Amino acid sequence: MTTTEAPPKKEYRQTPLKRVLAFLRNTWRGLTSMRTALVLLFLLALAAMPGALLPQRNLNVAKTDEYIAAHGWWGELLDRTQFFEVYGSVWFSAIYILLMVSLIGCLAPRSLDYAKAMRAKPVLTPRKLARMPHHLSTTTDRTPEAVMKDTHALLKGWRRVEREEADGVRSISAERGYLRETGNLVFHFGMLGLIIFFALGKLFGYEGQVIVQADDSQWCNSGILGYDTFNAGLRVDGTDLNPFCIRLKDFEARYTEAGQANYYHSNMEYQSGEDLKTGAWKPYGLEVNSPLRTAGDRVYLLNFGYSPKFTVTFPDGTVRTNLTPWRPADEPTKLSEGATKIDQPGITDPIERRTRQLAITGLLAPTAFMHGNVLTSSRPEAKKPAVAIDIYRGDLGLDAGRGQSIFQIDQSLVEDGRLKKLTRQNLDQGQETVLDDGTKVRFDGVGEWVAIQVSHDPVQDWVLVCAVAMLIGLAGSLLVKRRRVWVRVTPGRDGEPGTVIEVAGLARTDQAGYGEEFQRISGKLVQGQRGN
Amino acid sequence: MPINETLSQYSDYSYTTAAAIYVIALMFALIEQGFGAKGRLAAERSMQRSRELVGAGGPPVTTMTPAEPPREIGRPERIGRMGAALLVLAALLHLSAIVLRGLAVHRAPWGNLYEYGMATTFIAVVTWLVIMRKFPVRHLSGFLLLPVVILMFVNGTMLYTTAAPVQPALQSYWLVIHVSAAIIGSGVFLVPGVASVLYLFRAAHDDDPAKFAKFGSKLPAADVLDRIAYRTTIFAFPIFTFGVLCGAVWAEAAWGRFWGWDPKETVAFVAWVVYAAYLHSRATAGWRGKRAAIINIVGFSATIFNMFFVNLVTSGLHSYAGG
Ligand code: HEM
Repeated sequence: MTTTEAPPKKEYRQTPLKRVLAFLRNTWRGLTSMRTALVLLFLLALAAMPGALLPQRNLNVAKTDEYIAAHGWWGELLDRTQFFEVYGSVWFSAIYILLMVSLIGCLAPRSLDYAKAMRAKPVLTPRKLARMPHHLSTTTDRTPEAVMKDTHALLKGWRRVEREEADGVRSISAERGYLRETGNLVFHFGMLGLIIFFALGKLFGYEGQVIVQADDSQWCNSGILGYDTFNAGLRVDGTDLNPFCIRLKDFEARYTEAGQANYYHSNMEYQSGEDLKTGAWKPYGLEVNSPLRTAGDRVYLLNFGYSPKFTVTFPDGTVRTNLTPWRPADEPTKLSEGATKIDQPGITDPIERRTRQLAITGLLAPTAFMHGNVLTSSRPEAKKPAVAIDIYRGDLGLDAGRGQSIFQIDQSLVEDGRLKKLTRQNLDQGQETVLDDGTKVRFDGVGEWVAIQVSHDPVQDWVLVCAVAMLIGLAGSLLVKRRRVWVRVTPGRDGEPGTVIEVAGLARTDQAGYGEEFQRISGKLVQGQRGN
Repeated sequence: MPINETLSQYSDYSYTTAAAIYVIALMFALIEQGFGAKGRLAAERSMQRSRELVGAGGPPVTTMTPAEPPREIGRPERIGRMGAALLVLAALLHLSAIVLRGLAVHRAPWGNLYEYGMATTFIAVVTWLVIMRKFPVRHLSGFLLLPVVILMFVNGTMLYTTAAPVQPALQSYWLVIHVSAAIIGSGVFLVPGVASVLYLFRAAHDDDPAKFAKFGSKLPAADVLDRIAYRTTIFAFPIFTFGVLCGAVWAEAAWGRFWGWDPKETVAFVAWVVYAAYLHSRATAGWRGKRAAIINIVGFSATIFNMFFVNLVTSGLHSYAGG
């Protein structure tokens, strides 16, 4: 039935330049359309989700590696496609950047429209007010002038304009709720700012963790090497960190009957700025919810643990005391594990030294409770500390140039036979054991260490400012109603009384509730009451 | 201060009784919905109301003429009313469960997952009571109570936590501000979720009256359901936004960063973006109506997921003590 004809050839020549321009224009239009924004929002939500469900490397490396190992090729694939660094991945960033471009493309024209609308007068009063969703018409004895005056008084706070129409008819066109669009723009600009500052914070910020003994030990923010772990922003190389020093005097934790922590406090001192020159220290009470803020950095109390104190007396009479942090293996009871590594002093020959190094590894219980022969801890406080340890002698591999965990010995050295186990012992506080060569190892009790984090984000205050702007803008955008009222006053014929008042209303946003408001306003108008 | 075991015990009794009465109210509401003329009448009435309420672009209707249909009070309606009364009673017990918990532990009663769930379901019920006053939807109470009762059951069995003080990280006035905003936001969000599900039924029925012939015809007009969903969403969204914002401020003080993509933060972000998409969809041609309703339901799912499963499935910083 239908025959299709070839479309007529276009008359004008498509130069490559024009084609490129058209393509760019269409892409831009597409990208900044509401529908694209919607799809991008969806993609953003979807893309953010895996980060909640899969382990993330920046939060937990060990768990991530475990997951990859446990899931074979699937884990490998996820790893290669950046599912374990979702928020730094190429695809997440792409969505984020497209959304930002879309946002800019959407905001620019809207801001122009907004500027125009702010200067524009309310629209002309329509000829047929009865066609409006809300309408009321009545006759009154009052004069047109009086009605107009009352109407102006009643609609105070509305943007309104009075117009003369033919035959002495006058009308007022009023509108209010402009704050809705203001709020909406403030919200979207706030979000744009937030996205930008968030990204800047990631570039110029850093975060580092370090364990410090709470026995007057001092730690200074002098470089990356001072940290146990350090996450630098892309533009941070660690050469010019804000200098400051801290000294942890003590640490106190309190617990409930049930063994739940309810108080952590570390008395500390710090030095920054001028104080570094004068050597003055300022005191501060470091707690979980109140970080130290100094020199543009923040210092947080993250966690605490115990360091067993061992005193080793070597056969030649030299004595070494060591306090090495052990890490909690079980947080609720602070049963800890770790490795204390000791060099015998006074041995200069490196080869001999490497046969005489000592390692003490095992478990530390702050409140010891023997479960048969197994050491456990019944409470997190150091009420009755005890250790269950293996003592090794030989080469600890400390000179091998390989980084080593401070909490473990290198098991491959044990397998090689370069590190030999001498004994296994359970020691209460004050007890000691004697090794084959007469070396005495005494367990003297525990000290506390505190894990602190130093965070630096030069723009986080601006993120907050943007977020607050967003919130205020959002409230305006959602709660302000945009609405119009028109009033037309027609004088009675030939100067007779009998002024006709017509009122009409239109809600410009899809909110219910204007009906009631309109009734209230129009009722007052008709009765000649003033004020809202 | 020590925990007051007696008050905590009374709180548990109140909670259980409230849940049991909700179940009865649920059944009463289902009877009214299933057998009552109210459902149909209310649907017709709401059709009319919605015609009066349409704003820009609607047909030209002059002022209100609230024509009440003749009241026809049958047995199902009476049962429906009793159901509503029971609902109020159960809500009061629910409230007392929360208050007693707070008195027992001398702190804001939302320091662990169980308490959080208890407060959130309470907010959902209160929101529904308010909606019931403004819209003729009493007979739909069962559909709200169904998720409420399920959540309360899961909460009271799997997530139950004995009364205890909170760990140091939670000892902050931000607990009160941030968590209460999250609770109000999530609780209110349950209502638009349910309204949007019903909207889909009603819209399907409107498109093809053979579909859900019995059920769909007794629902309020699609327009009314849409309005309920929209109004509750725009109420909850800024509160939820405020809650997330306070969470970031608190995290800055407690965890060393204001945002770190912790699982709970992430899912809150996802839910927030989905609700933003919902608001956008209502301003986008071709996305109003059914698609908007579906987006709202997705947001609702994200909220539920965030309330319970994130804490159970993943191990983030947010896992409350005993949660
Ligand atoms: C970055 C992601 C975005 C988020 C989270 C977001 C969020 C929101 C929210 C919550 C509203 C509700 C305010 C209201 O209903 O009045 C809104 C409204 C609006 N947004 Fe966005 N927005 C985003 C991006 C965009 C983009 C890219 C555009 C332009 C294409 C856009 C255009 C609009 C418009 C026109 C409204 C007004 C809708 C109305 O009057 O109901 N938004 N936005």
